[in-house]
Amino acid sequence: MFLTVFRRMKLLTHNMLTSHVKGVTNGYPLNIEAKDVRVQEVDFNPEFIARMIPKMEYEVLVQAAQSVGHLGNLPPELVTDYENNDEFLKEAHRVMMMVEVVEGSLVCPESGRKFPISNGIPNMLLNEDEV
Amino acid sequence: MFKTPDYSHITSQDCQLVYEPAEDTFLLLDALEKEFETLQNLRPLICVEVGCGAGVVITFLASLLKSDTLCFGTDINYNAAQLSQKTSNQNGMTVNTIVSDLVNALQPRLNGLIDVLIFNPPYVLTPSEEVGSRDIVASWAGGIDGRQVIDRILPIIPTVLSPKGVFYLLILKENKQDEIEDIMNSHGFEMAVVLQRRTGPERLSVLKFTRIDMTYA
Repeated sequence: MFLTVFRRMKLLTHNMLTSHVKGVTNGYPLNIEAKDVRVQEVDFNPEFIARMIPKMEYEVLVQAAQSVGHLGNLPPELVTDYENNDEFLKEAHRVMMMVEVVEGSLVCPESGRKFPISNGIPNMLLNEDEV
Repeated sequence: MFKTPDYSHITSQDCQLVYEPAEDTFLLLDALEKEFETLQNLRPLICVEVGCGAGVVITFLASLLKSDTLCFGTDINYNAAQLSQKTSNQNGMTVNTIVSDLVNALQPRLNGLIDVLIFNPPYVLTPSEEVGSRDIVASWAGGIDGRQVIDRILPIIPTVLSPKGVFYLLILKENKQDEIEDIMNSHGFEMAVVLQRRTGPERLSVLKFTRIDMTYA
């Protein structure tokens, strides 16, 4: 048996989410209003992080980390040759994979609509009149 | 060859709120196991299961692909998303669960980036009015020909899948496989049948779709 570890919304997930409230033209990135943030150890897989970085909106990752107070030493701009920079990959791993939001909201940048995060799960569903 | 994820934590109370693992779930697990080599060669970076329910399928996929892959599970039913997260945790896996209608919340960010997309849809033939709930009914109510939800995801596939991406879809015989194949052909995808099984009154198939023109892959 595994020792059960509870995983919650990672900043990596936040990087992929967009608000689609009716009439909103730019629902990305969502602002994070975090009530409970935790940092949880996750095995470091440098190859995975290096493959993932080009799929990320790096600036959004930096902003997200800053807004929940866990920027640490993550550089504001993506470094060149990051695939071979272990120190950078470790920082990116920490921010992408280890910082988790347990409770709070994601806020649509245009409409202000709040999407709740409870038990670490973002609820992106819209009501019928918002679609 | 691979262990079925442990779902002993699922209670009878959970089963009133979330579709519990059943024959269709296990057929999908067998299909993914059969596809293991193909999946390994694909080296998927991002995998998504739409309508992840109790989370057994996406947890199984995560265990096949280990930490080299980012796995998302979406469900329109909050209780399902929560149970999926529990199931993945129970098995020592990480699945990022989101409450969303299909892949809506992950678009447009994941457009062209999903390497493996799995959907065990609500395929049961029901009156149209039963479609569109956000509770356990959403896990089976498929409307006319059991196709009303299936037909919403088919046109999204060319947008969200990566050039080399694969889409696995479970269907019932009554969902009209030939029509689904035609629709996907018109989107530039070819179809293969991975597995078929008769379970009680249901004749289930797992279909696999890939781009006909793989030149960008």
